[in-house]
Amino acid sequence: MSKLNQNRWQSALLFVAINVGVACYLGYALLAPASPVKGLLLPGKTTHGHYQIELDCNACHASDMTFAQDACIRCHSEELKLASDTHPASKFNDPINAERLQVLNAQDCLTCHTEHRPEHTHSMGVSLPLDYCWHCHQDVAQTRPSHEGMTFDSCGNTGCHNYHDNTSLYEKFLDTHYGESDLLEARSVQARDFSMRWQKSHPDRKQFEFDQADHGIEVREREDALEPILEEWATTAHAAGGVNCSDCHRTVDEDVVSKEVPWSDEVSLETCGNCHPGEVESFQLGRHGMRLAASMSPMQPSMARLPMHVDASHRELTCNACHSDHDFNSQKAAVDACLGCHNDSHSNSYSKSSHAELWRLELAGELPSGQGVSCATCHMPRTIVDGKVLVNHNQSASLRPIEKMIRSVCENCHGLQFSLDSLADPNLSLNCYSTSPEMRVESVEMAHRWFLEKELKRQGRKQQEPSIVPNLK
Amino acid sequence: MKRKYWFNSIATILAAGCIVPLVMSASGCGSSEAAIASPTGISPQKFADAVHSVMMADRTVYATHVVTNLKKQSAPVKAEEYWEDTPNSIPLPAQMFRMGASLVDENPNAGFSYGLRSKWPLNEQNHPKSEFETKALDYVAEHPGENFYGEEELGGKKYFVAAYPDRAVAEACWSCHNEHPNRGDTYPEFAKDDVMGGVIVRIPL
Repeated sequence: MSKLNQNRWQSALLFVAINVGVACYLGYALLAPASPVKGLLLPGKTTHGHYQIELDCNACHASDMTFAQDACIRCHSEELKLASDTHPASKFNDPINAERLQVLNAQDCLTCHTEHRPEHTHSMGVSLPLDYCWHCHQDVAQTRPSHEGMTFDSCGNTGCHNYHDNTSLYEKFLDTHYGESDLLEARSVQARDFSMRWQKSHPDRKQFEFDQADHGIEVREREDALEPILEEWATTAHAAGGVNCSDCHRTVDEDVVSKEVPWSDEVSLETCGNCHPGEVESFQLGRHGMRLAASMSPMQPSMARLPMHVDASHRELTCNACHSDHDFNSQKAAVDACLGCHNDSHSNSYSKSSHAELWRLELAGELPSGQGVSCATCHMPRTIVDGKVLVNHNQSASLRPIEKMIRSVCENCHGLQFSLDSLADPNLSLNCYSTSPEMRVESVEMAHRWFLEKELKRQGRKQQEPSIVPNLK
Repeated sequence: MKRKYWFNSIATILAAGCIVPLVMSASGCGSSEAAIASPTGISPQKFADAVHSVMMADRTVYATHVVTNLKKQSAPVKAEEYWEDTPNSIPLPAQMFRMGASLVDENPNAGFSYGLRSKWPLNEQNHPKSEFETKALDYVAEHPGENFYGEEELGGKKYFVAAYPDRAVAEACWSCHNEHPNRGDTYPEFAKDDVMGGVIVRIPL
């Protein structure tokens, strides 16, 4: 074989080997479980709400990689229900909307929220031009003359309307809260009631003291480490509520705690969920816990797109990330835990805000509990679900859209106009609401004027002679 | 002669068979005219009449025995338009009716849809939304005691559509409508048994 032919053969073999190698790698990426190798297959950057799980293709796609239509509903249906969705897909099942659907298919989430298209994606993951309201509401000024001349890209980005959630923006709510002062007289958040409910449902559980801990031989041998742990435990709500070591370390579920169950140093999310189901469930719906919900490894600050402290890069976001192992100090979890990782302008401005000052006063005992404002006060609001106070551990829930914060957070202390103005001012988000808003959302006054005009007309009609008004009979 | 008679009879039957559905699909017809026949089983008109009678019965019971009764007793609970944000309140009869229609829309096995429409709606969403609906509302308002039936094509699909007059059945209905701030300047002054709008039932063909 001539040298030339030999070189050609070698080149051909190398070419085949490289191609086979690439094909194998891609094949492995396709079949592999959620892992960084799948990054190769991403057709484009995902949105800030989904990047945490973007390497688990099957979270949204069927096995043939087509989009699984129910994927959105699986995670977001409850949220939409709570928001009294203004445009539910079922609304468009009425055939009268068939022609509208041909213009804009409002029954398919992807019409407005296409993933992997960062160049077309606005805030809230909207991948449609922002004047989309025009398609169905182009004649709005006929019934709402106050809207004459308004541009259709301003409907949703000036604090007036949202496509799905208008619970804090609809006209009657705006009118009811018209004229409220910036700072309300009564300012406090709902007190938590878990301890009270626990004691009521577990009357047999009595407070444990330091020497009543029921840890096993497995940890007794680690005496040096044990004492500080027990000291911490003895001061917590767990010891006060009669929750012993084995309740968390030897448990199958809340009712099955047995010496037969092997000791586990690690306490799983499910174990926490045995007693705190609402908190664990909501945690897995948020950006901190959504990877765990998708059976992926816990979220770490190093994976985040927001700026984080370098020394926190590899912390794993499980319950213990904010509630340290045996010192379940919710005050630390409410601020210190957040600021231990988050390193953005909003987080770093918190300590200089009036909210933080109130929090310091509460911690010093100079303000009653519930009047300080921590990170958790705004991002993990306390809501009443089935008569129980739930600390919503889905810190994204009140941010999509941001006006959701009005009912669950702002209106505990502030008037509606001030709240809307503050949330609409982009500078205030950056400085953690440390200054007064410089924007003015017009909708509160518009709604009030609208109701006032209607009422005046109604009164005018009542004073008219009945014969002036046409009668059907 | 006899042959000619039979020819004419057959021609007449065929013509009627073609013209009647054409007329009905183009413009709809009142209750006195023939119902659209179904080759087997229950006809769309029978089905529409049946579901409409259930809807009306439920709403009448709600309006008279719940809403009006609460009012008569001066109960602390009352029907209120913004009931979701108002303590001690329940939905208005029209809202209860719309909520039922929404639940039917959510049910993929329901096989039909329905809704309230009016030429004088307090809620803008209840305006007639097609030429057929406008014609149907005009018909039921102008022909007391009659319904309106026909076919309509929407988004490339054919529907049997029935329109029924929606009457003021309880004092609470007309007094609330007449007093409502949303009513326009030319809004009629409603009284008992007036046709305030229509119930539209659609069945895919």
